[in-house]
Amino acid sequence: MSMDAAGLGRGRAVAFALPALVLIGVFLIFPAIWTIYLGLTDYRLTGLTAADPRLVGAGNYMTALGDGRFRNSLWLTVQFVLGSAIIGQAGLGFALAWTMRDRRGPVRRVVEALVLLSWILPGSVVAFLWIALLDRDGGTLNALLGTPGAAWLLDHPMLSIIVFNTWRGTAFSMMLYSAALENVPPSHLETARLAGASPLQQLRDVVLPRIKGHVLTNVLLTSLWTFNDFTPFLLTAGGPEGRSEVLPVYIYNVALRGGQLGFGAAISFLVLLINLVFALAYLRLLRDRREVPG
Amino acid sequence: MRLFNRPVLIATLTTAVLALPGCGAGAPAGDDGTTLIITANAISGGKNSVSAEWIKQWVIPRFEAAQKAAGRDVHVLFQPNGVGDEQYKTKMALDLKSKTGADVLDLDGIWVGEFAQAGYVKPLTEVGGAAVESWEGWKQIPQAVQGLGIFDGKKYGLPQGTDGRVLYYNKELFKKAGLPEPWQPKSWQEILDAGAALKKLPGVTPIQINAGTAMGEATAMQGALPLLAGTGTEIYANGKWTGSSQGVRDVLEFYRQIYAGGLGDPKLQQEAKGRDKSFAEFADGRIGILAEGDYFWRAVIDPKAGVAPMADRDQVVGYAKIPAMRPGTGIRGQDFVSMSGGGVSVLNPFSKHPQQAWELLSFMFSAEAVKAQLAGAARVTSRSDVNTEVLADDPMLSFVSEEILPITAYRPGLAVYPQVSAALQEATADVVSGKTSEEAATAYRAKVEGLVGGPGNVAN
Repeated sequence: MSMDAAGLGRGRAVAFALPALVLIGVFLIFPAIWTIYLGLTDYRLTGLTAADPRLVGAGNYMTALGDGRFRNSLWLTVQFVLGSAIIGQAGLGFALAWTMRDRRGPVRRVVEALVLLSWILPGSVVAFLWIALLDRDGGTLNALLGTPGAAWLLDHPMLSIIVFNTWRGTAFSMMLYSAALENVPPSHLETARLAGASPLQQLRDVVLPRIKGHVLTNVLLTSLWTFNDFTPFLLTAGGPEGRSEVLPVYIYNVALRGGQLGFGAAISFLVLLINLVFALAYLRLLRDRREVPG
Repeated sequence: MRLFNRPVLIATLTTAVLALPGCGAGAPAGDDGTTLIITANAISGGKNSVSAEWIKQWVIPRFEAAQKAAGRDVHVLFQPNGVGDEQYKTKMALDLKSKTGADVLDLDGIWVGEFAQAGYVKPLTEVGGAAVESWEGWKQIPQAVQGLGIFDGKKYGLPQGTDGRVLYYNKELFKKAGLPEPWQPKSWQEILDAGAALKKLPGVTPIQINAGTAMGEATAMQGALPLLAGTGTEIYANGKWTGSSQGVRDVLEFYRQIYAGGLGDPKLQQEAKGRDKSFAEFADGRIGILAEGDYFWRAVIDPKAGVAPMADRDQVVGYAKIPAMRPGTGIRGQDFVSMSGGGVSVLNPFSKHPQQAWELLSFMFSAEAVKAQLAGAARVTSRSDVNTEVLADDPMLSFVSEEILPITAYRPGLAVYPQVSAALQEATADVVSGKTSEEAATAYRAKVEGLVGGPGNVAN
């Protein structure tokens, strides 16, 4: 009887797990293994090596690490994550949520609607809007600032994509922080205020300890999304001359526009390794949150 | 009981979801007839609009009617694209790599070699069968022009025609700057001198010669390669690629003089849409001299069909041959130089109806169809019988046919060429963004050595 129950339990477990395992296997593990394999070859989109790729071992990795363009791209991606995900989306999102926390009624609703609008629009649509905004000939921003002919996307490509991505992603952070701030009992803040704590002290000593988990989750998620974001391609295509070529754009440019599929796969694998660091940090964070009650 | 059933349900649903994509494979189903698809980098109201209209309004209805008359039910669909050349190339390569895509498609002639090596395209006779060799059109297409679609001695595609490069100039701006008309510079210095005179006009960019990587192959074809030919250097000659030769350094120095000397707009070279913007600026009378192919005349500033139409094109726009660096320094000792290329149409070797696809392709290259494609305008087509009829009416295209084609040169049809070209584009970008021509040339040489298999394959 117990044997049957155990067998039934195992069968059930397998039946439960099978669909997920099939999906993960087909859409995640197989492509990942295939990418690792391609990264070891000189496979190209066209030409002889498209038909007959050769194994080049670690050749692509050596080329990448010795390539100034790859290092430039990595450095730009770090700037993008720091500027857009951490200072921009997480920072601005918190500032907006903090400013709006006690407000009710139309002001809050208008701000939320405006911020949310940026989040629900598809990236390609937003990119199109920003190109129209930043264009040097007839761009709205130049008309507003009275700076005809200023080429924002060319002279400040990284700043442009950082601001663009901040605008797109702040809504998520703001909503997350708004929800988190709801959980800070007003009485605690009131007590701290009566005890003479400045607003900064209230924030540091009362609010932040209570929403620490939300902050970490938010920073990790926005960093991960920004690290992998391809929409800067729609604004600048990595230009001018590589000055906004963040990693996903770099991979697209070398692998698809340049046809170097093997090399592109190798870089993708390096990016996957970096992403794993983010992912492990995220998992660790979730586990710690579960272990610490309250 | 309910719980017990759920895994089964999930597994069933998953299987169904996984199986779904398989249902969509294959050609559009639904009737007994044959469906053929044509694709090109053309779209109504945008890039190569005339070609898109011709395919939709002329080719498809007439071909379908002709097939119906012969008792066959054939439907033809057009898949438009209006994207950059490199994006289009990627799309075609990915389509063919996955053994899908249109039955008849356009490629740049220079891609034929690398597509053939990858097995994405096959010789026409292998795909279309015996009907290919007996086609009447072959004897109308000169051997040199057929070469655009030939790789390793085999015909892979039908050439749509060829082209030539000139210097366009704005006669009104020239008049204001006190420059002569007609204008025919005999050296690079005379171009720079004209640029210096044009610089005095407010709001005018004197010279626009494509540079940088944002322009892609346009930088090579409209700028670096004709200039290189003007120094007597070929990018590939006698089995070797040119490295940091004197010719390459001279070309880069010329770029530096233009862009560091305030004669060109470096920003125009860096923008993703820079080439289109330069077209619009020329059409607005804001650029004095612009190096381009005859495509510019017939598809960009054409008063009716152009993407940046100039109503007064025939009165305002002049054209001149591109001079060698100095008289006699060009390839073959020429005083003037040009580069030529052209598109070809190929058959998809994975087509389900290869014979019908060839019928469609050869129909598109019949004299009647080629004439219809011109829609009253002139173009150097691949067919001699059509050229003699249509070029007489257009002085610019006659100029290309008579004066430019005899002095032109072609790019090497080797699979590594696009990467060497990209390295050359990067070298021009380097000088436009402020590096010295020596630095750019040295970096170029290092890149080329890596691309072509070491210094042994590079000439100095």
